[in-house]
Amino acid sequence: MSARVLVGVKRVIDYAVKIRVKPDKTGVVTDGVKHSMNPFCEIAVEEAVRLKEKKLIKEVIAVSCGPQQSQETIRTALAMGADRGIHVDVSGKDYENLGPLQVSKILAALAKKEDVRLIILGKQAIDDDCNQTGQMTAALLDWPQGTFASQVDFQEDSLKVEREIDGGLETIKIKMPAVVTADLRLNEPRYATLPNIMKAKKKKIDTVKPSDLGVDLSPQLEVLSVEEPSQRQAGVKVETVEDLIKKLRDSGRI
Amino acid sequence: MNFTPKKTNISTAVRVPKKVQQVPGVPPKAAGTARAELAQEWQQADVSEATDLWRPSLVGIKKGSKEPIRDRLIFWDWTAGIKSSSLMNPISDCLGHPEKRKAKVQFDWQDALCLESQLTEEETMIRDTFRTYCQDKLMPRILLANRNEVFHREILTEMGELGVLGPTIKGYGCAGTSYVAYGLIAREVERVDSAYRSVMSVQSSLVMHPIYAYGSEEQKQKYLPKLATGELLGCFGLTEPNHGSDPGSMETRARYNPSSRTFTLNGSKTWITNSPMADVCVVWAKCEDGKVRGFILERGLKGLSTPKIEGKFSLRASTTGMIIMEDVEVPEDCLLPHASGLAGPFGCLNNARYGISWGALGAAEFCFHTARQYTLDRIQFGVPLARNQLIQKKMADMLTEISIGLQACLQLGRLIDQKKSAPEMVSMLKRNSCGKALDIARQCRDMLGGNGIADEYHVIRHVMNLEAVNTYEDDENVRQSCTVNGKLKSGTVNLDSEAS
Repeated sequence: MSARVLVGVKRVIDYAVKIRVKPDKTGVVTDGVKHSMNPFCEIAVEEAVRLKEKKLIKEVIAVSCGPQQSQETIRTALAMGADRGIHVDVSGKDYENLGPLQVSKILAALAKKEDVRLIILGKQAIDDDCNQTGQMTAALLDWPQGTFASQVDFQEDSLKVEREIDGGLETIKIKMPAVVTADLRLNEPRYATLPNIMKAKKKKIDTVKPSDLGVDLSPQLEVLSVEEPSQRQAGVKVETVEDLIKKLRDSGRI
Repeated sequence: MNFTPKKTNISTAVRVPKKVQQVPGVPPKAAGTARAELAQEWQQADVSEATDLWRPSLVGIKKGSKEPIRDRLIFWDWTAGIKSSSLMNPISDCLGHPEKRKAKVQFDWQDALCLESQLTEEETMIRDTFRTYCQDKLMPRILLANRNEVFHREILTEMGELGVLGPTIKGYGCAGTSYVAYGLIAREVERVDSAYRSVMSVQSSLVMHPIYAYGSEEQKQKYLPKLATGELLGCFGLTEPNHGSDPGSMETRARYNPSSRTFTLNGSKTWITNSPMADVCVVWAKCEDGKVRGFILERGLKGLSTPKIEGKFSLRASTTGMIIMEDVEVPEDCLLPHASGLAGPFGCLNNARYGISWGALGAAEFCFHTARQYTLDRIQFGVPLARNQLIQKKMADMLTEISIGLQACLQLGRLIDQKKSAPEMVSMLKRNSCGKALDIARQCRDMLGGNGIADEYHVIRHVMNLEAVNTYEDDENVRQSCTVNGKLKSGTVNLDSEAS
């Protein structure tokens, strides 16, 4: 019962915003664009807070890697019920090159430092759609992982995780300490209540640097170009099924 | 004399019109002109993706130019009617210099005067959370709730869970936030519907506030926590059938019975939001000494009835009714001990009026955003409606009024938080916000044309609601007076008289 849970939250461009590609094709426009917490991270925070309310775990720590603005995301997690926050300060060029590998190194280092028994992350971020951080973190720590979790049952020393896989649902039992990544149907995140938002002001957010954790942030990947998807072409109507087959054959589709 | 006539080349002498593709919506004689090409490009451009209100300019466009219009973001300083060189240079845009396009500070039509930068992190979080709730949970309900005149009692409970009822009250299960946060909350609710904001205002400012400000400790402990969670629904009874703007001459009487230590109330109140479903009524009656005092009445008292007012065409999503009291006997501890005279109810109304001044602008913003998107999407005569200068002029006026109004409300909120505000300030801004919002809503309805009268587009609902919002809590045509200690203090200026 003295378990601590680490929840990773990422500050991403809000899902409702229309993305624009930068003219120089190095990325998307992020200046002045509305950002918010990654929806899967919200589900992860909600799960951790529910575990705390059921008194199965002691403390929920929210972590975010990024520039100063990431603290807003941590505050939102605190308003939802996390106990304290850790802001890993990464800015400038390092932030642009921050990918799942670097983040998982940071999370692994923090998990060891804070003596954490469970790491809950969102399954993927809606900006890069990588779906790698949870898996890499588990590998670096040599912990079992329950990914795409749609249900998590907390038992004494292990977790029963129901995973959403292509063929249906798979239930696995993994020993703690472990890494779980949250899928859409795990829970429905709560709205932060006003009193909780006010209380979140008083909760602590520690700032650390990646160098303090002994993490090397050098990038392994280089982004060559970012382009918009090609415009949708107009469709063509055909009269009969034979015409359809002929057209498909002609264009080499079948 | 040798006079050789110049050989006329027939092909150049007669202007042969170029064979051009007929563009739907463009008159044939305009075919082949830059206008027709523009129209063609407009029809192909995905206007729904425009996040900025832009219009293509004929300046610098070459006939046959292949450059897509979307790349030409040109901002016009509508209010001045001239191209503002301080923002962007449209000419250089047309010549296609994307680097020059990006000015240091971008103008954001959704937040023209950067209200965002003036809010604290807490206020921003409160607003964002509540906005998500309103759009997710309230917006889907409102269409049919308004059409069928259904009041969803559950929204009180939902709002109570979020802690937004009585947000400025400290303790008793309430959040204790700033008045600016209260204003932001009201703006988000009214963005969905004024009826929902009325319900919230009544509960927070007109029921919880008088109990908090004027009630005894027992009354506060008894009622406030349950009102905060939405378990109890309250209503505020001041207005009478014959005394609306003039509550001072009310006919409701409260007679004290020393033998049983009770008060007997007689009278009727009308236009009371929430009353048909309310559990608690804060009613104001004149006592034998001529002073107006407040009483907390609970449903179930003998002689107390709350008939519903049918046939309302405004604020249909909330329930409004009368409070009829026929020899209603209440124990003397139902009296609000610290309120005496009209200052009591007026203090509450002031509180609610502040919320309304923010709220009305929320409704105006919704109408403005809807009209903007509609006029961008609707193509007539080959171009979107937004291409027309009259529409643009109206939009510019709307944006200006909303931005200015919000700045004023923010300043007022900060003053109230510092306890440096006067009631006249609140009246002034309520009148401004409601009048401007009603005007904006009407103009937006007009811009939506025939579709504007369908409730699926929502704007007509705001037009109907704002009629009531403009009137209640201080009609703009009546001089509002505050009787404090018997002296008459004038509030809002009477539009007709010079001397006020």
